[in-house]
Amino acid sequence: MSSSISLHFDVSGDDFTRAGEASTQVKKTLKKIGYDSDAIRRVAIAMYEGEINMVIHAGGGTADVEIYPDRVDIVLTDEGPGIEDVEKAMTAGFSTAPDNVRSLGFGAGMGLPNIEKYTDSMRIETEIGVGTKMFLSVNAGGSNS
Amino acid sequence: MTVSEAAKALNMKILAGGDKTSLSRDIRHIYTGDLLSWVMAKASEGDAWFTVMGNINALAVASLADCACIILVENAVLDANAKEKADSISMPVLQTGRRAAEMIIELDTLMKTE
Ligand SMILES: Nc1ncnc2c1ncn2[C@@H]1O[C@H](COP(=O)(O)OP(=O)(O)O)[C@@H](O)[C@H]1O
Ligand SMILES: [Mg+2]
Repeated sequence: MSSSISLHFDVSGDDFTRAGEASTQVKKTLKKIGYDSDAIRRVAIAMYEGEINMVIHAGGGTADVEIYPDRVDIVLTDEGPGIEDVEKAMTAGFSTAPDNVRSLGFGAGMGLPNIEKYTDSMRIETEIGVGTKMFLSVNAGGSNS
Repeated sequence: MTVSEAAKALNMKILAGGDKTSLSRDIRHIYTGDLLSWVMAKASEGDAWFTVMGNINALAVASLADCACIILVENAVLDANAKEKADSISMPVLQTGRRAAEMIIELDTLMKTE
Protein backbone atom coordinates (compact mmCIF):
# COMPACT_ATOMS: atom_id res chain seq x y z
CA MET A 1 0.00 0.00 0.00
CA SER A 2 1.60 3.24 -1.11
CA SER A 3 -0.73 5.83 0.40
CA SER A 4 0.47 6.37 3.93
CA ILE A 5 1.02 9.40 6.13
CA SER A 6 4.21 9.66 8.16
CA LEU A 7 4.44 11.78 11.28
CA HIS A 8 7.44 12.41 13.51
CA PHE A 9 7.51 13.94 16.98
CA ASP A 10 10.14 14.82 19.54
CA VAL A 11 8.80 14.17 23.01
CA SER A 12 10.51 16.49 25.44
CA GLY A 13 11.73 14.86 28.61
CA ASP A 14 11.98 17.89 30.84
CA ASP A 15 8.45 19.14 30.46
CA PHE A 16 5.92 16.76 31.96
CA THR A 17 3.19 19.26 31.24
CA ARG A 18 3.67 18.95 27.51
CA ALA A 19 3.21 15.19 27.39
CA GLY A 20 0.23 14.38 25.23
CA GLU A 21 1.04 16.82 22.47
CA ALA A 22 2.14 14.13 20.03
CA SER A 23 -0.86 11.90 20.68
CA THR A 24 -3.22 14.87 20.45
CA GLN A 25 -1.70 15.79 17.10
CA VAL A 26 -2.06 12.24 15.80
CA LYS A 27 -5.64 12.11 16.96
CA LYS A 28 -6.37 15.37 15.14
CA THR A 29 -4.81 14.08 11.94
CA LEU A 30 -6.77 10.81 12.08
CA LYS A 31 -10.01 12.68 12.71
CA LYS A 32 -9.38 14.99 9.80
CA ILE A 33 -8.95 12.13 7.36
CA GLY A 34 -12.08 10.46 8.71
CA TYR A 35 -10.38 7.45 10.27
CA ASP A 36 -12.31 4.70 12.05
CA SER A 37 -13.29 6.26 15.39
CA ASP A 38 -12.64 3.18 17.51
CA ALA A 39 -9.15 2.95 16.05
CA ILE A 40 -8.56 6.66 16.75
CA ARG A 41 -9.45 6.14 20.37
CA ARG A 42 -7.16 3.12 20.74
CA VAL A 43 -4.28 4.91 19.04
CA ALA A 44 -4.77 7.94 21.30
CA ILE A 45 -4.78 5.88 24.49
CA ALA A 46 -1.80 3.72 23.57
CA MET A 47 0.28 6.57 22.29
CA TYR A 48 -0.44 8.83 25.23
CA GLU A 49 0.60 6.14 27.69
CA GLY A 50 3.77 5.56 25.67
CA GLU A 51 4.51 9.27 25.57
CA ILE A 52 3.97 9.64 29.32
CA ASN A 53 6.29 6.69 29.95
CA MET A 54 9.05 8.24 27.88
CA VAL A 55 8.67 11.48 29.83
CA ILE A 56 8.45 9.92 33.31
CA HIS A 57 10.86 7.03 32.95
CA ALA A 58 13.24 7.82 30.10
CA GLY A 59 13.85 11.56 29.88
CA GLY A 60 11.92 11.91 26.62
CA GLY A 61 12.30 10.37 23.20
CA THR A 62 10.76 10.31 19.76
CA ALA A 63 7.54 9.04 18.25
CA ASP A 64 7.17 7.93 14.65
CA VAL A 65 3.70 7.28 13.36
CA GLU A 66 2.76 5.72 10.05
CA ILE A 67 -0.90 5.90 9.08
CA TYR A 68 -2.10 3.32 6.55
CA PRO A 69 -5.69 2.94 5.35
CA ASP A 70 -6.10 -0.21 7.42
CA ARG A 71 -3.75 0.29 10.36
CA VAL A 72 -1.60 2.71 12.34
CA ASP A 73 1.98 1.82 13.29
CA ILE A 74 3.67 3.67 16.14
CA VAL A 75 7.33 3.45 17.09
CA LEU A 76 8.41 5.05 20.37
CA THR A 77 12.16 5.36 20.87
CA ASP A 78 14.03 6.57 23.90
CA GLU A 79 17.55 6.54 25.26
CA GLY A 80 16.47 6.07 28.84
CA PRO A 81 17.58 3.50 31.42
CA GLY A 82 15.83 0.56 29.73
CA ILE A 83 13.43 -1.87 31.39
CA GLU A 84 14.99 -4.50 33.60
CA ASP A 85 12.19 -7.03 33.62
CA VAL A 86 9.67 -6.47 30.83
CA GLU A 87 7.29 -9.14 32.01
CA LYS A 88 7.16 -7.59 35.46
CA ALA A 89 6.77 -4.10 33.99
CA MET A 90 3.76 -5.37 32.01
CA THR A 91 2.00 -6.48 35.20
CA ALA A 92 -0.95 -4.27 36.11
CA GLY A 93 -0.05 -2.18 39.15
CA PHE A 94 3.74 -2.48 38.82
CA SER A 95 5.37 0.94 38.82
CA THR A 96 8.67 2.56 39.67
CA ALA A 97 7.22 6.07 39.28
CA PRO A 98 8.24 8.56 41.99
CA ASP A 99 5.68 10.10 44.35
CA ASN A 100 5.57 13.47 42.64
CA VAL A 101 4.39 11.75 39.46
CA ARG A 102 1.82 9.79 41.42
CA SER A 103 0.37 12.93 42.91
CA LEU A 104 -0.27 14.13 39.37
CA GLY A 105 -2.50 11.15 38.70
CA PHE A 106 0.03 8.89 36.98
CA GLY A 107 2.18 6.02 38.13
CA ALA A 108 -0.64 3.56 38.76
CA GLY A 109 1.24 0.92 36.78
CA MET A 110 -1.52 0.72 34.20
CA GLY A 111 0.29 2.22 31.25
CA LEU A 112 1.84 -0.85 29.66
CA PRO A 113 -1.23 -3.04 30.38
CA ASN A 114 -3.42 -0.35 28.77
CA ILE A 115 -1.17 -0.23 25.74
CA GLU A 116 -1.37 -3.99 25.38
CA LYS A 117 -5.12 -3.95 25.76
CA TYR A 118 -5.79 -1.26 23.20
CA THR A 119 -3.33 -2.23 20.48
CA ASP A 120 -3.43 -5.20 18.12
CA SER A 121 0.27 -5.79 18.47
CA MET A 122 2.93 -4.58 20.87
CA ARG A 123 6.63 -5.39 20.92
CA ILE A 124 9.27 -4.02 23.29
CA GLU A 125 13.00 -3.94 22.58
CA THR A 126 14.96 -2.74 25.55
CA GLU A 127 18.53 -2.72 26.80
CA ILE A 128 19.70 -1.56 30.20
CA GLY A 129 21.59 1.71 29.95
CA VAL A 130 20.84 2.04 26.22
CA GLY A 131 17.13 2.64 25.86
CA THR A 132 13.76 1.27 24.90
CA LYS A 133 11.93 0.92 21.62
CA MET A 134 8.24 0.09 21.48
CA PHE A 135 6.51 -1.04 18.31
CA LEU A 136 2.75 -0.66 18.45
CA SER A 137 0.12 -1.35 15.85
CA VAL A 138 -3.60 -0.65 15.80
CA ASN A 139 -5.86 -2.09 13.12
CA ALA A 140 -8.67 0.01 11.70
CA GLY A 141 -12.00 -1.70 11.66
CA GLY A 142 -11.18 -3.00 15.10
CA SER A 143 -10.20 -6.58 15.78
CA ASN A 144 -9.41 -5.58 19.36
CA SER A 145 -11.65 -4.36 22.22
CA MET B 1 -28.41 18.12 28.56
CA THR B 2 -25.71 20.52 27.43
CA VAL B 3 -22.67 21.55 29.44
CA SER B 4 -24.04 25.04 30.04
CA GLU B 5 -27.44 23.69 31.08
CA ALA B 6 -25.73 21.39 33.58
CA ALA B 7 -23.59 24.26 34.87
CA LYS B 8 -26.67 26.35 35.44
CA ALA B 9 -28.87 23.62 36.91
CA LEU B 10 -26.20 22.51 39.37
CA ASN B 11 -24.91 25.97 40.13
CA MET B 12 -21.36 25.35 38.91
CA LYS B 13 -18.71 27.91 38.08
CA ILE B 14 -17.25 27.84 34.59
CA LEU B 15 -13.51 28.27 35.17
CA ALA B 16 -12.16 27.90 31.65
CA GLY B 17 -12.65 26.53 28.18
CA GLY B 18 -16.22 27.70 27.89
CA ASP B 19 -17.05 29.08 24.50
CA LYS B 20 -20.33 28.91 22.61
CA THR B 21 -19.55 25.61 20.90
CA SER B 22 -17.98 23.81 23.84
CA LEU B 23 -20.76 24.85 26.23
CA SER B 24 -23.50 23.72 23.90
CA ARG B 25 -22.04 20.23 23.67
CA ASP B 26 -24.30 17.44 24.87
CA ILE B 27 -23.36 15.47 27.99
CA ARG B 28 -23.95 11.84 27.11
CA HIS B 29 -22.73 10.00 30.19
CA ILE B 30 -21.11 10.59 33.54
CA TYR B 31 -17.67 9.39 34.60
CA THR B 32 -15.62 9.87 37.74
CA GLY B 33 -12.05 9.06 38.78
CA ASP B 34 -8.67 10.60 39.53
CA LEU B 35 -6.16 8.08 38.19
CA LEU B 36 -5.42 9.48 34.78
CA SER B 37 -4.42 6.17 33.15
CA TRP B 38 -7.64 4.66 34.37
CA VAL B 39 -9.78 7.53 33.15
CA MET B 40 -7.94 7.60 29.84
CA ALA B 41 -8.81 3.97 29.24
CA LYS B 42 -12.37 3.99 30.53
CA ALA B 43 -13.97 7.38 29.96
CA SER B 44 -16.06 7.65 26.83
CA GLU B 45 -16.92 10.29 24.30
CA GLY B 46 -19.25 12.97 25.66
CA ASP B 47 -18.65 12.20 29.34
CA ALA B 48 -18.97 14.76 32.08
CA TRP B 49 -15.84 13.82 34.04
CA PHE B 50 -15.95 14.44 37.79
CA THR B 51 -12.49 14.65 39.36
CA VAL B 52 -10.15 16.53 41.70
CA MET B 53 -7.37 16.59 39.08
CA GLY B 54 -7.01 20.14 37.84
CA ASN B 55 -3.60 19.83 36.23
CA ILE B 56 -2.60 20.10 32.60
CA ASN B 57 -2.37 16.33 32.20
CA ALA B 58 -6.04 16.06 33.11
CA LEU B 59 -6.76 18.38 30.19
CA ALA B 60 -4.79 16.14 27.85
CA VAL B 61 -6.72 13.10 29.10
CA ALA B 62 -10.11 14.83 28.75
CA SER B 63 -9.21 15.89 25.24
CA LEU B 64 -7.91 12.49 24.14
CA ALA B 65 -10.89 10.69 25.68
CA ASP B 66 -13.16 13.32 24.11
CA CYS B 67 -14.99 14.23 27.31
CA ALA B 68 -17.69 16.92 27.13
CA CYS B 69 -16.34 18.68 30.20
CA ILE B 70 -14.27 18.35 33.36
CA ILE B 71 -16.04 19.01 36.64
CA LEU B 72 -13.74 19.80 39.55
CA VAL B 73 -15.42 18.82 42.80
CA GLU B 74 -14.90 20.01 46.37
CA ASN B 75 -13.36 23.20 45.00
CA ALA B 76 -10.34 21.37 43.60
CA VAL B 77 -8.04 23.90 42.00
CA LEU B 78 -7.39 24.42 38.30
CA ASP B 79 -3.67 25.18 37.77
CA ALA B 80 -2.77 28.28 35.78
CA ASN B 81 -1.23 26.34 32.88
CA ALA B 82 -4.17 23.93 32.91
CA LYS B 83 -6.53 26.89 32.59
CA GLU B 84 -4.55 28.17 29.65
CA LYS B 85 -4.70 24.75 28.01
CA ALA B 86 -8.45 24.44 28.62
CA ASP B 87 -9.01 27.79 26.91
CA SER B 88 -6.78 26.90 23.98
CA ILE B 89 -8.50 23.58 23.28
CA SER B 90 -11.98 24.77 24.35
CA MET B 91 -12.48 22.09 26.98
CA PRO B 92 -14.97 23.40 29.55
CA VAL B 93 -13.78 23.11 33.15
CA LEU B 94 -16.52 23.58 35.72
CA GLN B 95 -16.18 23.75 39.47
CA THR B 96 -18.33 23.03 42.47
CA GLY B 97 -17.77 23.01 46.22
CA ARG B 98 -19.88 19.91 46.61
CA ARG B 99 -18.84 16.26 46.62
CA ALA B 100 -18.74 14.10 43.49
CA ALA B 101 -21.29 11.59 44.77
CA GLU B 102 -24.02 14.17 45.42
CA MET B 103 -23.37 15.97 42.17
CA ILE B 104 -23.46 12.80 40.11
CA ILE B 105 -26.76 11.68 41.61
CA GLU B 106 -28.30 15.05 40.85
CA LEU B 107 -26.95 15.28 37.35
CA ASP B 108 -28.06 11.73 36.61
CA THR B 109 -31.57 12.51 37.82
CA LEU B 110 -31.69 15.64 35.69
CA MET B 111 -30.45 13.76 32.63
CA LYS B 112 -33.05 11.03 33.09
CA THR B 113 -35.97 13.41 33.48
CA GLU B 114 -35.01 15.45 30.44
N1 LIG C 1 10.20 3.95 28.32
C1 LIG C 1 10.52 3.38 29.49
N2 LIG C 1 11.81 3.39 29.94
C2 LIG C 1 12.15 2.82 31.10
N3 LIG C 1 11.28 2.19 31.92
C3 LIG C 1 9.97 2.14 31.54
C4 LIG C 1 9.53 2.72 30.33
N4 LIG C 1 8.20 2.50 30.22
C5 LIG C 1 7.84 1.81 31.30
N5 LIG C 1 8.90 1.57 32.11
C6 LIG C 1 8.92 0.80 33.38
O1 LIG C 1 7.75 -0.02 33.42
C7 LIG C 1 6.97 0.30 34.58
C8 LIG C 1 5.51 0.13 34.28
O2 LIG C 1 5.07 1.06 33.31
P1 LIG C 1 3.53 1.50 33.28
O3 LIG C 1 2.71 0.26 33.19
O4 LIG C 1 3.34 2.52 32.22
O5 LIG C 1 3.30 2.12 34.72
P2 LIG C 1 3.69 3.55 35.31
O6 LIG C 1 4.14 4.41 34.17
O7 LIG C 1 2.44 4.02 35.92
O8 LIG C 1 4.80 3.31 36.30
C9 LIG C 1 7.37 1.70 34.94
O9 LIG C 1 7.13 2.03 36.28
C10 LIG C 1 8.87 1.69 34.61
O10 LIG C 1 9.59 1.06 35.63
MG1 LIG D 1 3.06 4.62 32.45
